[in-house]
Amino acid sequence: MSLLSAVVGLADDALVLGHRLSEWCGKAPFLEEDLAMANTALDLLGRARLLYGHAEKLGGSNEDEYAFLRDAPDFTNLLIYELPASDFATAYARQLLIDVFDELYFDALQGSQDDTLAGIAAKSYKEAVYHVRHSSAWLLRLGDGTDESHARMQQALEDVWGYHLELFENPSADVSLVANGALPDRAVLKAAWSERVRELVERATLTVPAGNWSVAGGRTGVHTEHLGFLLAEMQHLPRTYPGVNW
Amino acid sequence: MSEPMPLFEVFVRSKRGLEHRHVGSLRAQDAEMAMQYAREIYTRRQEGVSLWVVRSGDIVASQEEDAAAFFDPADDKPYRQATYYDLPEGVKNL
Amino acid sequence: MAEIQVDVQARRFQERIDAEVRIEPKDWMPDAYRKTLIRQISQHAHSEIIGMQPEGGWITRAPSLRRKLILLSKVQDEGGHGLYLYSAAETLGASRASMIDALHSGRAKYSSIFNYPALTWADIGAIGWLVDSAAIVNQVPLQRCSFGPYARAMVRICKEESFHQRQGYEIMYTLATGSADQKAMAQDALNRWWWPSLMMFGPSDADSAHSSQSMAWKIKRFSNDELRQKFIDQAVPQADILGLEVPDTELAWDEQTQHYRYGAIDWDEFNRVVRGDGPCNRQRLAEHKRVHEAGAWVREAVVAYDRKHQDQSDV
Repeated sequence: MSLLSAVVGLADDALVLGHRLSEWCGKAPFLEEDLAMANTALDLLGRARLLYGHAEKLGGSNEDEYAFLRDAPDFTNLLIYELPASDFATAYARQLLIDVFDELYFDALQGSQDDTLAGIAAKSYKEAVYHVRHSSAWLLRLGDGTDESHARMQQALEDVWGYHLELFENPSADVSLVANGALPDRAVLKAAWSERVRELVERATLTVPAGNWSVAGGRTGVHTEHLGFLLAEMQHLPRTYPGVNW
Repeated sequence: MSEPMPLFEVFVRSKRGLEHRHVGSLRAQDAEMAMQYAREIYTRRQEGVSLWVVRSGDIVASQEEDAAAFFDPADDKPYRQATYYDLPEGVKNL
Repeated sequence: MAEIQVDVQARRFQERIDAEVRIEPKDWMPDAYRKTLIRQISQHAHSEIIGMQPEGGWITRAPSLRRKLILLSKVQDEGGHGLYLYSAAETLGASRASMIDALHSGRAKYSSIFNYPALTWADIGAIGWLVDSAAIVNQVPLQRCSFGPYARAMVRICKEESFHQRQGYEIMYTLATGSADQKAMAQDALNRWWWPSLMMFGPSDADSAHSSQSMAWKIKRFSNDELRQKFIDQAVPQADILGLEVPDTELAWDEQTQHYRYGAIDWDEFNRVVRGDGPCNRQRLAEHKRVHEAGAWVREAVVAYDRKHQDQSDV
């Protein structure tokens, strides 16, 4: 049962962030980047489907029931994934923090005792390696670009920073799964993550935020208010016409 | 208003053992961006295993007005083609 | 002397075209040929980009994860196709920035079909099925257009778009064979998109401003009415399979011509929308400008970063 909820949590992370990135389609600063953001969104939404598919095999619901028929408290994505980002700097500040985490996390998850999860991790790891490359390029260009872009990127880092600590918390339900090797220990990834992020942020002539605040609650369903609006938009059709095929 | 980003030409090797072929162009400010966008734009459907990007301005192209002088002189050298030669009946492996 | 020279070049140019030899960017070409191509290719590019809006608005509202992925990849393709087309036009000396400027100032047009609203999910089906089918009917002959870069862009675009119309038709079929509400939604979308789709082929041959010269230059290979007829002949049996009714009381199969006869197109409406009074003209252009302006600081940052790092950037 707890492996199921852990898989759904990872799926929710991917879905909600993929959805946020898909909001950028047609809205990026130039055409080439528009295609790039859509590619990342497609990677994440594809990952969500694989993970929901695994959850279904573990005895859960199907992917569309998970995505379209649960309310906010039943979603267990971490808060950083659901934050709105209609500003390009915010989008890539959040993306960088998550991409660096994903590279470490999915690398470790490839060693999962759960073969399906290990397989999904192998695919996700490759994607994450590329995502880091792209988001760190943006961190660098915005941080070390104009005064305006520097200020915007610094502000964006400050705005999302307090949500990153949740990435390194092991939900209590996961403790035994970590112990038996099904899931990596999130806490041990923090040192490598902090080092990598510090190095990238400083190379971009930016400052690592002071980090004296932190918000958490996603894995237990205590979300920001933003998630409700995201779900209202995403779910309205299946909820208006229940029980039909699309 | 900043000036537009430069044009790059994109070449894709569709599979190992084949040459890189020109597939199109894109705009990017520098080589690293151009390489990333070449990947994002021109290999979305598994079109390639290797990419080249080159600034369009760095390509040296033959000129249309030179075409006659450059290429027409090759048209009187049929002896460079295998089909030019008469072979006796029955000869093999030539 | 110079005029005689141009005459010789013009004759050689037309001979090449007549012999089906492709024209490449560095070749001599008449100014009018260049201008016609820049106008047509940039309009085609703008149509791809503005066309992202009606469908793009449904990515976050797609009713299943499968549909969400398909729609996102389709709208992304349209962005890519816009990019291929801008690139083709750039080989003629028009910069992407100048083309976008022409769009914003109203000097350049885009296909009027995108000035209609996508109101329901069925509209996403109808756009894929009808609008993309019409686009493909237009684009297939353009693969043999006399201008090489445009023809090559069309080859790539046609290949990539083959899934676009199928995904649209699949949406329509799912709705048409679904609940009563869904079927009504599908019929409503067909009702609203049918006539605008027919208008995509442009005015009747008798009234078409650019057609005959474009035919002589082999930019265009079939007339507007020929292409429109081809589209109708394809789409009507497809509508029959869906069990939906094409909103044209005069539609009938003509045994003699082996084509469908169809009712009169409301060209007044077409002209009204072209002139700017379609339901979404202002919204589409305002959104394109808003996005372009919102991204200005990012584009500036990229240039500034490059200036600071000139030495290291070329690895």
